[in-house]
Amino acid sequence: MSLLMTSDLRVHFHTRNGLVKAVDGISFSVEEGKTYAIIGESGSGKSVACYSMLGLVPMPPGKIESGEVWFEGQDLLKLSESQLRKIRGKGISIIFQDPMTSLNPFLKIGDQLIEPLLLHFGMSKKDAWRKGIEILEEVGIKDPAQRMKSWPFEFSGGMRQRVVIAMALVTEPKIIIADEPTTALDVTVQAQILKLLKELQIHRNIGVIFISHDLSVVADIADEIAVMQNGVFVEQGTRDAIFTNPQDEYTKKLLAAVPHSEKELQQEEHSYLITAENVSVHFSGNKGEGLVRAVDNVSLQIKQHEILGLVGESGSGKSTAGRAILRLLNLAGGKIVFNGKDISHYSKAEMKPLRRQMQMIFQDPYASLNPRMSVYDTLAEPLLLHKIVSKKDLDKEVFSLMDSVGLSRESVLRYPHEFSGGQRQRIAIGRAIATKPAFIVADEPVSALDVTIQAQILDLLLNLVDQFDLTMLFISHDLGVVRYLADRVLVMKDGKLVEEGSVQQIFANPQESYTQALLEAIPGKSLLGVS
Amino acid sequence: MSNQAAIVEKIDAMPKGVSLWDDAWMRLKKNKLAMFGLCFLLFMMIVCLLAPLLTPYGYEDQDLRLGASVPSVTHWLGTDTFGRDMLTRILYGGRVSLMVGFIATSVALLIGVTYGAIAGYAGGRIDALMMRLVDIIYALPFMIFIVLLMVVFGRNLLLLFLAIGAVEWLVMARIVRGQIQNLKQQEFVEAAISLGLSSGAIIRKHLIPNALGPIIVYTTLTIPNVMLLEAFLSFLGLGIQPPQSSWGLLISYGVESMEEYPWLLIFPGLALTLTLFALNFLGDGLRDALDPKASRD
Repeated sequence: MSLLMTSDLRVHFHTRNGLVKAVDGISFSVEEGKTYAIIGESGSGKSVACYSMLGLVPMPPGKIESGEVWFEGQDLLKLSESQLRKIRGKGISIIFQDPMTSLNPFLKIGDQLIEPLLLHFGMSKKDAWRKGIEILEEVGIKDPAQRMKSWPFEFSGGMRQRVVIAMALVTEPKIIIADEPTTALDVTVQAQILKLLKELQIHRNIGVIFISHDLSVVADIADEIAVMQNGVFVEQGTRDAIFTNPQDEYTKKLLAAVPHSEKELQQEEHSYLITAENVSVHFSGNKGEGLVRAVDNVSLQIKQHEILGLVGESGSGKSTAGRAILRLLNLAGGKIVFNGKDISHYSKAEMKPLRRQMQMIFQDPYASLNPRMSVYDTLAEPLLLHKIVSKKDLDKEVFSLMDSVGLSRESVLRYPHEFSGGQRQRIAIGRAIATKPAFIVADEPVSALDVTIQAQILDLLLNLVDQFDLTMLFISHDLGVVRYLADRVLVMKDGKLVEEGSVQQIFANPQESYTQALLEAIPGKSLLGVS
Repeated sequence: MSNQAAIVEKIDAMPKGVSLWDDAWMRLKKNKLAMFGLCFLLFMMIVCLLAPLLTPYGYEDQDLRLGASVPSVTHWLGTDTFGRDMLTRILYGGRVSLMVGFIATSVALLIGVTYGAIAGYAGGRIDALMMRLVDIIYALPFMIFIVLLMVVFGRNLLLLFLAIGAVEWLVMARIVRGQIQNLKQQEFVEAAISLGLSSGAIIRKHLIPNALGPIIVYTTLTIPNVMLLEAFLSFLGLGIQPPQSSWGLLISYGVESMEEYPWLLIFPGLALTLTLFALNFLGDGLRDALDPKASRD
């Protein structure tokens, strides 16, 4: 029996810039004990569709133009706010994307967890507390009685998401809407959370609406899948149908965006551009914790024109290692040789002329661009700083950079907030290649982007590597991405290197159990196997 | 490329050196309220400067027979108890008030922003040291500080302005430091470092522009503050002396005789209020103009 039936739902936004048809006539139903996945890029309307069913879309500017949403014998769209609030508390729960922001940092976990029980069920505080402990145990939190008294900041990202899931479950809802619940997490943690969600769904026999931009994430858990684009479902069907026999062009594109090819092995011999020997970076930890060895005796070499993948979970020290190699951080020990020069102890001033040869691309294109600088200013800054071109040729060079990274010249005077995430990352890449560097550290440059955009940015990077003869250290938590692009892979854990090898070796024959776990966690590996 | 021509045109039309400031000016010009504020302030400054040419009276000319008289054709805004023309006194007073407003605020802005930005960016021990110094100065009784200055250097109008500015920068420094501390953790700062920018350039080009919102808001709050401080000091005999005047002083005398001669309070009050309104319009306009995110069209 279906738990939830939605038919012909239309949500439009009346904005100053005209009408936006965010959701334009979608119909679907969610069954007991099944997962219904809605896949689409950001802006496709997938979140709006789900939030509007619960009256969580701001109106105005939003307006529900038509549709019915049947749940437990009532049409949700016709309910008053106070009736909807009851549904939100008891019938349908939501798990939000970012576990870092969806918990109140000033309330203990337990207090947040039992709040709805006190509110909607009128439970006594003691009973509610006991129930909270049970739920925490169910979502796999160790020592739940103790953890109820912890603050949110004492949990890691994955653990927080478990708490958020517990909060969604505590009222025993019939349906859970999971809005990109794993996008902010590492692949290994993602795999655990997906497994947990699947178990809970089967065990409690609830319906799950799973929203994601990534088809591969739902490959293992979805029963039915809808692919959404520009407010409509371009394709709907069972998981097998979607994966084995996609009909729509867009679905095919999404499937193709999953990076699954391996790079050709290069045979040419090159000299080493970067050599790091026993590099260590230490941070002074919190009180009583002593020294944190973020990077511990790491040695690596990167050949000219090579893309070296550096893989590990968050906290493994991979980003720190990348920054240390660029000497953005001071070393606690070890030696870094760049282009034959020992730069381990160069001062800031000595590093400055070298900066034009070594650049960095950052993870979050929303944070890595100065919001008050136009594209022109952002790209012109390195050119002027390192006197790459004269003032006279500045305009020409800026435009040629924009061409290289695939930005339209018309947008030269725009500011970062006017661009999408993918375009912003293009600006950031343009800034990094402006000085024609020899070496680039790319720190998770695609993990903040939608899958289809990821594929484009990865291709752009590969192109630029060829065109500008770049050498690259590519840092990522996602082996799938690394496999697509890198020549050689290093695996890092707790500040140490645990495995090193060519892409083929690592994927075909991983030696370390940690590497095996990382491989295991690649989303939709069944998908990779099929194709 | 059908739109090639349009692009070329656009490039030619591109203002030379497209900086945040050029862009902000273009946007400010479109904001009517802010432009009105700017024009009003300029107008106020000009009439105050040209006061000797605009009124037939001197600010100290008394007409004791006349005494306090209501506004009339000869004295547009009336006269005070000494028979001095109020319009003249307001215009001359405006010179002092506007000057203290701008000089003292500029001093506060300059020192506060520089000091706060350096402390915030440097962090660690330097920051702690610099901010403790601010705390110490903050804890000093302000009056004693000014009296001390007056005793040592003699009474001097410019010194008074500087002294007020020297007190007002403390809060500005704290605000700016807090902003910079937050901003410097953003990745675009790290990106600037990896480009090879010097610390000074990072503070100037990347950090301060992003802290402008709060800086401007606080500046528009500081200007009325220093104008009133001047009045307070003058009232105590530390600032300017009668027969010289300022808006603040005129208002405080006006308050004393509010019931008998309300125009002595109303007109200087109006001059100050309108100026502050204009300032706030301008300040709001500037803040929006300097923030690319605030609607662009």
